[in-house]
Amino acid sequence: MEDVAQLLAGRDPFAVANVSTETQRTAEQFLYRQAELLDEKQWDNWFALFADDGFYWMPAEEDQTEGDGQPNIFWESHDLMLMRVARNEHPRAHSQAPHNRLCHVVSNVIVESEEANGDLVVRSRFHCAEYLRYEVRNFTGKYRHYLRKTGDGYQIAVQRVDLVNREGPYEYVLQWWL
Amino acid sequence: MSWTTEQLAGLVEPDRAHRKAYTDPEIFDLEMERIFERTWIYVGHESQVKNPGDYYLAQIGRQPVVMVRDQQGQVHVLYNRCPHRGAQLCSARSGNAGNHFYCSYHAWTFHLDGKLESMPAKQGYDGTNLDFDNPEFSVSRPARTDNYRGFWFASLSDDGVDLKTHLGESAAAFDQLIDRAPGKETEIVGSCFRMVQQSNWKIFLENQLDSSHPGVTHESTGKAAQHLEKTIREDGRDVPMELAFLSDLARLGHDGWTKFGTVGYRNGHSSLEGYMGLRPDAPDTTEYVRRMYEAYGEKKAEEILGINIHHMLVYPCMSIQPPLQQLRTIRPLGADRTMTEIWHFRLKDAPEAIYRRSLTYYYLVNSPSTMVNADDLFNWWKCQHGLESSASEWVSFHRNAGQDEDHDGITRSAPDSMSEMPLRHMMHAWRDYMTSGEGV
Ligand code: FES
Ligand SMILES: [Fe+2]
Repeated sequence: MEDVAQLLAGRDPFAVANVSTETQRTAEQFLYRQAELLDEKQWDNWFALFADDGFYWMPAEEDQTEGDGQPNIFWESHDLMLMRVARNEHPRAHSQAPHNRLCHVVSNVIVESEEANGDLVVRSRFHCAEYLRYEVRNFTGKYRHYLRKTGDGYQIAVQRVDLVNREGPYEYVLQWWL
Repeated sequence: MSWTTEQLAGLVEPDRAHRKAYTDPEIFDLEMERIFERTWIYVGHESQVKNPGDYYLAQIGRQPVVMVRDQQGQVHVLYNRCPHRGAQLCSARSGNAGNHFYCSYHAWTFHLDGKLESMPAKQGYDGTNLDFDNPEFSVSRPARTDNYRGFWFASLSDDGVDLKTHLGESAAAFDQLIDRAPGKETEIVGSCFRMVQQSNWKIFLENQLDSSHPGVTHESTGKAAQHLEKTIREDGRDVPMELAFLSDLARLGHDGWTKFGTVGYRNGHSSLEGYMGLRPDAPDTTEYVRRMYEAYGEKKAEEILGINIHHMLVYPCMSIQPPLQQLRTIRPLGADRTMTEIWHFRLKDAPEAIYRRSLTYYYLVNSPSTMVNADDLFNWWKCQHGLESSASEWVSFHRNAGQDEDHDGITRSAPDSMSEMPLRHMMHAWRDYMTSGEGV
C-alpha cells in the first residue's frame, strides 16, 4: 500500500503558493467546514470529506515523514475511522458517557502549494477545547492537509496533525480526532 | 496517623484488602520507602542508550535517575542531581551528553560514570574539604544496579537479594522478548508513550491479570469491531489486522476466559497464560517460524515458541507482554496518580509482519488514542473515586478464594476459573514488603 504520508514529505514546510482569492477562500471554507462537522459529530458528512484511501494522521515524532509502519498517535484509514465512531457511539462505551463536546477554532490558513492537477497542500493552526466529565481540556497544534481535487471540490488524501505537546505525558485519552 | 506494622498487616486479609491501601497518602509514602525505593526497579533497556554519551531519564520510586552509556560502552545509572547545589543534571528526557555531564548552574562537569571531573576557577576550593576522590562530590549512584540480558534495574537499598534471584520465574518474560528474535536480539522502537492514570498503581497491576474484565470493560470496542468486520467481509474486502485484534475482545465470553490460568510467583510476580492466536497459519508466521528453526534448530525453537505468556507482571513495576513485544513500566506519582511508560520492541531478523503485529497492538491498546485502554483508564479512575468513599472499608478478592493451588512457592489459580488469585497474591506480597521489607 502506498503511504499517503509521502504526499507531504520532502516539501518546503514554509512554502507559500501564489493562489487566487477564490482558491484561498475555498481552502479556508473546507477547513472550517471540517472542524464544524467534527464538533457537531456529523459523521456522514465528515467521512465524505476524506478520500476512500485517505488517512487521519497524528505522528508521534516531529521529524516523522512516514505514517505506515511507524509509531503514531493516530494513523487511521477509513475503516478505522468508522470503527472509532461505532465504538464511541456504542451504548456500552463507558468512557464516553456522558459524551464529550469539542469546539475548534481553525486559523492561519496558508495554501502551501497548488499542484498542476489542482490538488492543494494547505497548512493551518487549530485550537480545540474538549469538555468531558465536567472538565475542559485544551489542545492546540498544526494541521497540514493534502486536498485532492475532485470533480466538484476536494477530498482529504491525508490530514497531518502535529500537537504542540505530542510527547505528553497524556493525562487523557484522545478518543475523538482533533 | 502513622502506621504500625500491625496496622499495615491488618490491611490485607486472605480474600480482601482495605481501601486505605489505595487511597492513603501516608501509605503511598511508605510504599515508596519500603517497596519502590528498596527492591529492584526497572530503569530501561540498553537499546535506549545505544551510543556513548546517550542518556535517558527514569524514576525509581520518587527518585529521578538517568541511565547513560559512557565512552567505553558501559551503562550506568545515576541520580539526576548535581552534587554541588542540587540542580538536575539532565532536563531533556533523552539526549546525548557528549564526553561528560555539564551542570548548567555553575559548570561543574562529571565523567559519564558520575565522577567529578572539573569546575571553573578550581583554585577557590584549595584548602577546603572538597576532594575529587570523595564520592560525596561525584554524582550519586543507586546502591545497586544490574541488568538482566540488557534490561537495566536499580535498587536503592544495599541489602536484599540480587536481581536474578528477585526476578525468579518472571525472568522468562525477558527471555521471551529476546529469544523470540531469530537474530537473538531485541530493540526498542522509537520513544515511549507516557500515559498518566488517575488511579493507584496497584489498580493497574490488578487489572492486567483480571480475566473477568475484558468482555465487560471492552464490550463496545469488541462488538463494534465484530460488526464492522462483517460489513467489510460482505463487501468482499479483507479485514484489516487492526479490526481482527479489536474483535478478539468480544470473541471470548466469560466461559472463554476461564481457559487461561494465572500463576503467582515469589516476590509478588505473576502471569496470565496466553490467549491470543500467536501462530496463525499465515505465510508471514510460517516464514518467521522457518527463521526461528534456522537460528535455533527445531527443538529449541519450538521450546521458545511454545511458551505463551500473555502477561507477566514483574512486581511492583512492570507489565510485559512478550508475544506482542510490549513493556509497560510504572512510575508512581501519588496515591491517586500513576505514570506509565509504554514501550515496544522489534525482534531482530523477524519478518516485518511480526513487527507490524506488535506495532498494531501498541497503537490500538497503548497509544494516547487507544480504543481499548480508554475504558480501562476510566474504570480505574472510577475505582479510585469509589474507594475514597467510606461506604465500605474493603475491596473484594473473593472469586475462587480458598481454591488456589500452592506448590513450592508457586501459586496456580483454580482450573477453569477467572480466579482473583493474582490480586490476592499481589496484596499478600505487598503486606510482606510493607511489614518486613521482604516480598517473600
Ligand atoms: S548546582 Fe551544579 S554546578 Fe552548581
Ligand atoms: Fe482492559
